[in-house]
Amino acid sequence: MVNNQHIVTAYDDELATLDRMVAEMGGRVEQLLSEAVSGLVRSDPETAKAVVDEDKNIDQLELDINQQATQLLALRQPMAADLRAVVASLKIANDLERMGDYSKNIAKRTITLSNTSFMPFMSRSIESISRMVEEMIGGVLDAFRKRDSEVACEIIARDENVDQLYTSLFREILTYMMEDPRNITVCTHYLFIIKNIERIGDHATNIAEQIYYVAEGVPYEDGHPYADETSNIT
Amino acid sequence: MVTYTVNEDNNPDTVKAKIIVDKVSVAYGDHLALNDIALDIISNKVTALIGPSGCGKTTFLRCINRMNDLIGSCKVTGSILLDGYDIYAPEVDVEVLRRKVGMVFQKPNPFPKSIYDNIAYGVKIHGLASDKEELDAIVEQSLVRAGLFEEVADRLDVSGTSLSGGQQQRLCIARAIAISPDVILMDEPCSALDPIATAKIEELIHELKERYTIVIVTHSMQQAARVSDYTAFFHEGDLVEKGETSALFTNPNDKRTEAYITGRIG
Repeated sequence: MVNNQHIVTAYDDELATLDRMVAEMGGRVEQLLSEAVSGLVRSDPETAKAVVDEDKNIDQLELDINQQATQLLALRQPMAADLRAVVASLKIANDLERMGDYSKNIAKRTITLSNTSFMPFMSRSIESISRMVEEMIGGVLDAFRKRDSEVACEIIARDENVDQLYTSLFREILTYMMEDPRNITVCTHYLFIIKNIERIGDHATNIAEQIYYVAEGVPYEDGHPYADETSNIT
Repeated sequence: MVTYTVNEDNNPDTVKAKIIVDKVSVAYGDHLALNDIALDIISNKVTALIGPSGCGKTTFLRCINRMNDLIGSCKVTGSILLDGYDIYAPEVDVEVLRRKVGMVFQKPNPFPKSIYDNIAYGVKIHGLASDKEELDAIVEQSLVRAGLFEEVADRLDVSGTSLSGGQQQRLCIARAIAISPDVILMDEPCSALDPIATAKIEELIHELKERYTIVIVTHSMQQAARVSDYTAFFHEGDLVEKGETSALFTNPNDKRTEAYITGRIG
């Protein structure tokens, strides 16, 4: 990254604003996942409704970022690292918006599940996979702020742990279904919930790849660790 | 993994250097304007030279057709090979060199003559047409290639200076290509033109590279990005970085290039 300032200081301000908008959107998405899971494990439909509402604000932030980035492209014609940062911001905002949608989906399922009996033994597992993913989100936001490709790579590697935990939770939930078919409805919701969390982790790695591109100027090519084996489970 | 190649013919086996510049330094008296430049200029491609004022890009351009010979205090060392021949060799006829390496300047400079004569003049002094019919054909073909013929076909006898700025510049390009050069040097050809005339020249550059090797000096980085295949960045007499335009503007290797193209140094 080039540290010295642009000759046109307003241009610096506009790029800094875009960075701040991405950081704010990311912070809110991280918070949204945390609240969605908190609402789930406490069977709290009020928290879940608040999560559904907050997702609208996140959608709006994506539109704001798109507008700021498009305006920068049109008015400043950014080059090199600046250009990569603006293009990456557009893509990161798109990933964050999807992550918000997944949290909203968890919240909607929480509202549905609040009429059924929550299986308390699931809470620790769901909180555990959620914490891993929240830490990935926090990590990528920090890496974006610092344009740190090393941290970005480290986060991409962490997705493997999420996938492994997801696979083991998938198996665990299957056993509850086998034990008692009356669990199938609830357990299917749990399957979708952990899948949503796992997908949020995938989007965090997408963001990490964008950060790598911004920092290094070349696409991330090492390939994803891929430890989600649920598609092979019979 | 899918890889994309922007310029598919950039295969080293097929890319051919029209001009090979090696260890070129230029001094005006005690002042070193260019320092040890090495650059291959690829045949039938557009090479853009960019850099802040005084970086040596115009001096470099002027070396390629020995325009610097006209400046008494200017001393050029190193070698510039055009199709393998050293253009600074003592036996080189500079007039012949300048026929092979045409030039278009910043400010359109048509002769105060008719449109026809502007183009016919060079053709006649170089003896490139055997009769009036052939001369007419060359004039028309040059105007067609410069994208000007349709606009002036019915008034070839009016003065070149009566045309608009953009038309005058295209007339100068027609004049340059009438004598069948191999290389066209352009020194900020659009800096005096409005955006529409600029777009027409840029479109023309794109068409001309099929026949000619083009080297363009421009202050507009956007223009360099739009028209060129290769870009060379000069700074304080050094050639800091050269490479494919698409790579140089998205991921430059040198911090000085990065600073310049992102607007951090003047």
